Amino acid sequence: MLEHLIPVLAGTLGAATPLIFAGLGELVAERTGVINLGVEGMMLIGAIAGFAAAADSGGGALAGLPAGAVAGMLAALVFAVLSLSMAANQAACGLALTIFGVGLSAFIGQHYVSFSLPGLQPLDIPGLVDIPVLGRILFHQDPVTYLGLITFAIVWWVLRKTRLGLVLKAVGEAPDAAHAIGYPVIAIRYGATLFGGAMAGIAGAYLSTVYTPLWVQNMVAGRGWIAIALVVFATWNPTRLLLGAWLFGGVTILHAQGLGIALPVQFLAALPYLATVVVLVLISRDKRLLQLNLPASLGKPWMP
Amino acid sequence: MPLLEPRPTPSARMRLLSPLIAIGLTLAVGSLLFLALGKNPVEAFTVFFIQPLSSGNGWSELMVKAGPLILIAQGLAIGFRARIYNIGAEGQLIVGALAGGGVAIALDGVDAWWVLPLMVVAGAIGGALWGAVPALLKTRFNAEETLTTLMLTYIASFTLSYMVNGPWRDPEGMNFPQSIMFGDPALFSPWFEGMRVNASILIAAVASIAFWIFTSRSFLAYQLTVGGLAPAAARYAGFSAQRTVWVSLVLSGLTAGIAGVGEVAGPVGQLNLNISPGYGFAAIIVAYLGRLNAVGIVLAGLLMALLYLGGEAAQVALQLPAAITGLFQGMLLFFLLGADVFVDYRLKPRPKPAYA
Repeated sequence: MLEHLIPVLAGTLGAATPLIFAGLGELVAERTGVINLGVEGMMLIGAIAGFAAAADSGGGALAGLPAGAVAGMLAALVFAVLSLSMAANQAACGLALTIFGVGLSAFIGQHYVSFSLPGLQPLDIPGLVDIPVLGRILFHQDPVTYLGLITFAIVWWVLRKTRLGLVLKAVGEAPDAAHAIGYPVIAIRYGATLFGGAMAGIAGAYLSTVYTPLWVQNMVAGRGWIAIALVVFATWNPTRLLLGAWLFGGVTILHAQGLGIALPVQFLAALPYLATVVVLVLISRDKRLLQLNLPASLGKPWMP
Repeated sequence: MPLLEPRPTPSARMRLLSPLIAIGLTLAVGSLLFLALGKNPVEAFTVFFIQPLSSGNGWSELMVKAGPLILIAQGLAIGFRARIYNIGAEGQLIVGALAGGGVAIALDGVDAWWVLPLMVVAGAIGGALWGAVPALLKTRFNAEETLTTLMLTYIASFTLSYMVNGPWRDPEGMNFPQSIMFGDPALFSPWFEGMRVNASILIAAVASIAFWIFTSRSFLAYQLTVGGLAPAAARYAGFSAQRTVWVSLVLSGLTAGIAGVGEVAGPVGQLNLNISPGYGFAAIIVAYLGRLNAVGIVLAGLLMALLYLGGEAAQVALQLPAAITGLFQGMLLFFLLGADVFVDYRLKPRPKPAYA
């Protein structure tokens, strides 16, 4: 039994990686009051940019991830100009970004349909990988998965322990007050939105250059939306986001591994989406819990 | 230093101009894109927008594509006015197609006039039920409809994939994921020899008139709109927020479901994995481009249909990927949202120099 479980649990961590990156990015943006529904689009743009850079430069994932981050950031910039500088409806702009990202990535992706990339070898953490059972699960992962956990630790620390974190949260809770005491609200929201774009871009590039190193149209397959749902599920708390991402990684891997369950493959493939609906219902039914944690200015346009 | 300042009252002129500005900007950026791809923009636009309409068959195809887009967008617009963001019309379309297609498969060989109407009713119910799920989750559990409608779209498409790979797969279909071809009683018959335009376009036309009357004449539609524009005022007036959610989602599910039947009983003629080229998502743009207004949506639907046709033509004539349609759709919505900012805001006049 354990022999079967180790690859499943190890795979869970990899499957969770794009959700951790994209979810953390969206979480930071939302803490400053910006809801960006364009995560799916930014991930797709990051995925194709990363794939193109990896394939064209021959540099593989090492070239792909930074390219994905830059592309995701540029996509987020379009959203930010419209929704922050011009105070357009955030939900509609995010949706537009997703529709645009689907189109743009499919358009560019036509050139890369038959390419495949080498991917990344797992990196064993010396010493730790030899721990029985746990070593093979936790310390035999691709480098980006470790990077995801480090990113989590940094975001947690910044939001929890630093002045910057306090300012970010203040802008999300009370933009007028933050403005009154001299913080550049719009600039801070730009920063958080671009960070979200970079994270989503990395998440997309991870999918196309490491997780399944080939380009398939629409390959992000709703993970961007699941990441947005995870932020709500996590009640804007990074630790809960990490746990949620692992949970969803596990659900995704059930599909990939099959586990010998005699169920139609489509049912297993639909599970993450079904699970998203279920967790949204579970978390949203407690209106008070949500209201207490919801950044007070979330989604509301603000102009000085 | 902000460049914009709020207008005292929203500009009605800008509301009508904004879609035209968006279309103009999309064409301008499109020209640059064509140039960058080494294509002559004039030639490209001829292929995109003129050539598809230079034959009778082209106009027929325009109607075939505009029908579902307009039908779905009319339903979505009701919800968007009330700020209920159903972005899962694609899923409701699929479930409508499954329900209607299920009837066609079950009644295969029955030669009766009522088969097709029954399919339409089944599709309407299927789509409405798929829209009712997020309505229930929103009203009962407070779950955000943007996320639930979209998740349900994925679930619908996996269900479709399961059905055409499993129970409803055509036994003589060489293992392709598709159902049997529907018989004549289960199909809208084409109006003209060799063209695909059929009576399903009438459903979109009737729906457009019905929604025009509904939005301009009925008290319920007024309540929905007030609920979207001024939730506090709507509550004060005793308009039910719950009913707004139900009406918006069920109605838009219903129209999307009927559109799904229109596809499987029309141009597609069976259940397979390609029953919709993203009509449910494109209809969101159609609804906004048409100013959430029944007449505007008809015009916007025709334009969006032309964009689909142009994409197909560009693929053949210019060797451009058909995905260029999606790119144009996204640009169009971006420019529209940007131009819409000037409905409520205007450029700040430069401060006049102070006299010494």
